[in-house]
Amino acid sequence: MQRIPNWADVVLVPLFSLLIAFLLSGVVIFAIGENPIAAVKMMISGAVGSTYGWGYTLYYATNFLFTGLAFAVASHARLFNIGTEGQATLGGLGVALVCLYIPWPHWALALPAAMIGGALFGAAWAFLPAWLQAKRGSHIVITTIMFNYIGFSLLNYVLVNVLRPVGAMDPATAKFPEGTHLPTLHDILGVFGIPFSKAAPANISFVIALIACFLVWVLIWRTRLGYALRSYGQSESAAVYAGISPTKIIVVAMLISGGLAGLMAVNNVMGEAERLVLNSVEGAGFIGIAVALMGRNHPFGILLASILFGVLYQGGAELALWMNIPRELIVVIQALVILFTGALDNMVRMPIAYVFNLRRRKETA
Amino acid sequence: MTIKATFLGAVATLALGAGGALADPALIYDLGGKFDKSFNEAAHNGAEKWKAETGGSYNEIELQSEAQREQALRRFAEAGNNPIIMTGFAFGSALGEVAPDYPDTKFAIIDMVVDSPNVRSVVFNEHEGSYLVGMMAAMASESGTVGFIGGMDIPLIRKFACGYAQGVKAVNPDATVVQNMTGTTPAAWNDPVKGGELTKAQISQGADVVYAAAGGTGVGVLSAAADEGILSIGVDSNQNYLHPGKVLTSMMKRVDNAVYEAMSQGADLETGFNVMGIANGGIGYALDEYNAELVSAEMQAAVDDAAAKIASGEIAVHDYMSDNACPVQ
Repeated sequence: MQRIPNWADVVLVPLFSLLIAFLLSGVVIFAIGENPIAAVKMMISGAVGSTYGWGYTLYYATNFLFTGLAFAVASHARLFNIGTEGQATLGGLGVALVCLYIPWPHWALALPAAMIGGALFGAAWAFLPAWLQAKRGSHIVITTIMFNYIGFSLLNYVLVNVLRPVGAMDPATAKFPEGTHLPTLHDILGVFGIPFSKAAPANISFVIALIACFLVWVLIWRTRLGYALRSYGQSESAAVYAGISPTKIIVVAMLISGGLAGLMAVNNVMGEAERLVLNSVEGAGFIGIAVALMGRNHPFGILLASILFGVLYQGGAELALWMNIPRELIVVIQALVILFTGALDNMVRMPIAYVFNLRRRKETA
Repeated sequence: MTIKATFLGAVATLALGAGGALADPALIYDLGGKFDKSFNEAAHNGAEKWKAETGGSYNEIELQSEAQREQALRRFAEAGNNPIIMTGFAFGSALGEVAPDYPDTKFAIIDMVVDSPNVRSVVFNEHEGSYLVGMMAAMASESGTVGFIGGMDIPLIRKFACGYAQGVKAVNPDATVVQNMTGTTPAAWNDPVKGGELTKAQISQGADVVYAAAGGTGVGVLSAAADEGILSIGVDSNQNYLHPGKVLTSMMKRVDNAVYEAMSQGADLETGFNVMGIANGGIGYALDEYNAELVSAEMQAAVDDAAAKIASGEIAVHDYMSDNACPVQ
């Protein structure tokens, strides 16, 4: 394949992909009789035009950050973890149990415990597929997908039969007690005198997600375990020759991956809903795959990609509120962006590489 | 086009941050979506009726996710929409949090009670309507066995089942009521295949009239009943037209009237507890050209008589949700 400079790979390719996706979305919006320019303007101003918009954008971005990092860690060991959705679902259960059954005096104590609860449950849900892959060769893609469904059904059972308060109709737990309510960005920035919308759900979990980003970077590129992970991912036989145990790597990578996915529940269950509902993950696990692919499995890239997807989600919500665009078409617009930035990468890369090659040839000639 | 222009205008105002009060009503549909042939669609019809009669405009949103519940409420409230109407019990906890933050905005919630001075809680006496269609089922049944198929197993649906069973027993104390629920999660509202299977299972137990209180699942119940040659009873909207001559009647829950009324009252919406029952036209049964042949004059007279007695308080239908128990099985 033709070589292109690093900066073009990181900046130009995603930028062009986005532009094409937005152009196509514009055609779709135009076809149903709405003004595409007004729609794009509204999407962007709705997502980043106010602290309120930012509050929702960062809330969604936090979810995608955790699941994106989860996918990336497994991906470095060449494990395709589609199960982040189920692992985050179970993480929600862990967080809910910690919040409901222990009387916390203050959120600062509840938060670390909830993080451990969420990560433990998420990791536990990833353990069996990992063990089956390592010991019996059952393909991780199949087992993690199936574990998603088992997870949903388990949560169904627990919410309907165990955790639902008496007399309530919604299959959801009771509200978490006061001591577990996390400070939102409004509360945090308020300390420094920065005004931020009170209504938005973005909370301290965003900071935790940023720390997780850094720690994942350290893990992958600055530790022996990270080195073992990457070398197993590049070549299993070489890794075995170097004395790396495949079983250990598969299980450890999946445990970390599942734990990161489970951590997401601190944001959506503890930070936003403050109770556990059915389908609390809402597809963030699958979006995480797109986020990780777009961010090239690098924590910094994942950070940028998750903010982009946060903008898409929040912008899409604004479109649904204020324009006559049916919700199905908003999903189409979001999907177009995923398609171009994630799947059709080469369609954009090849022409760009061609242009660079032309220039290079001229320079050498 | 005028509505679109208004929307864009509203958008422009918002974008500029001026945020002038719109005072247009807003309607939020639950996750089932606007065109579900049942509950949400009835709300939409009410809003459209209001629009056609007054020439006003309203904002609406079909939710995509749980997180959007609170978001949509806050967004409409901050934009000055008034009143804000939402369909479904699942909005209860979100509204409980949002309503106190916007004391000058009026909210209306259907199928749930939220205790706040600026909220109108609209609940329906579904047990009364179910009682009436239960009487009709018992009169139409030849086998003495009738069926009930509920959607999600929640107290609200048991309330339907209990009213229905009471109506059946009022006509024929020896009748058997076979009851089934489709599931325990919201997916049970939209599972027509399982609805059809349950119908066939009930037929094998001798049922020759089935009543579906199951949202989108009911479509499967009605079509399976029509295929097997027995009678069925629709719910929420008038569903008689789905299988002409095969649907005995429909238990009408006038969500459209509730939405229409809330929009008509506008910003002066009367708050508090609002019970829609037989007495105020909120509940009834459907009679039209599609089921005229099925409902005899004798049957109609008996049901109308019972309706009048329920309205006057002479017959008290037990409400399952008052004590989570049903006096008849």
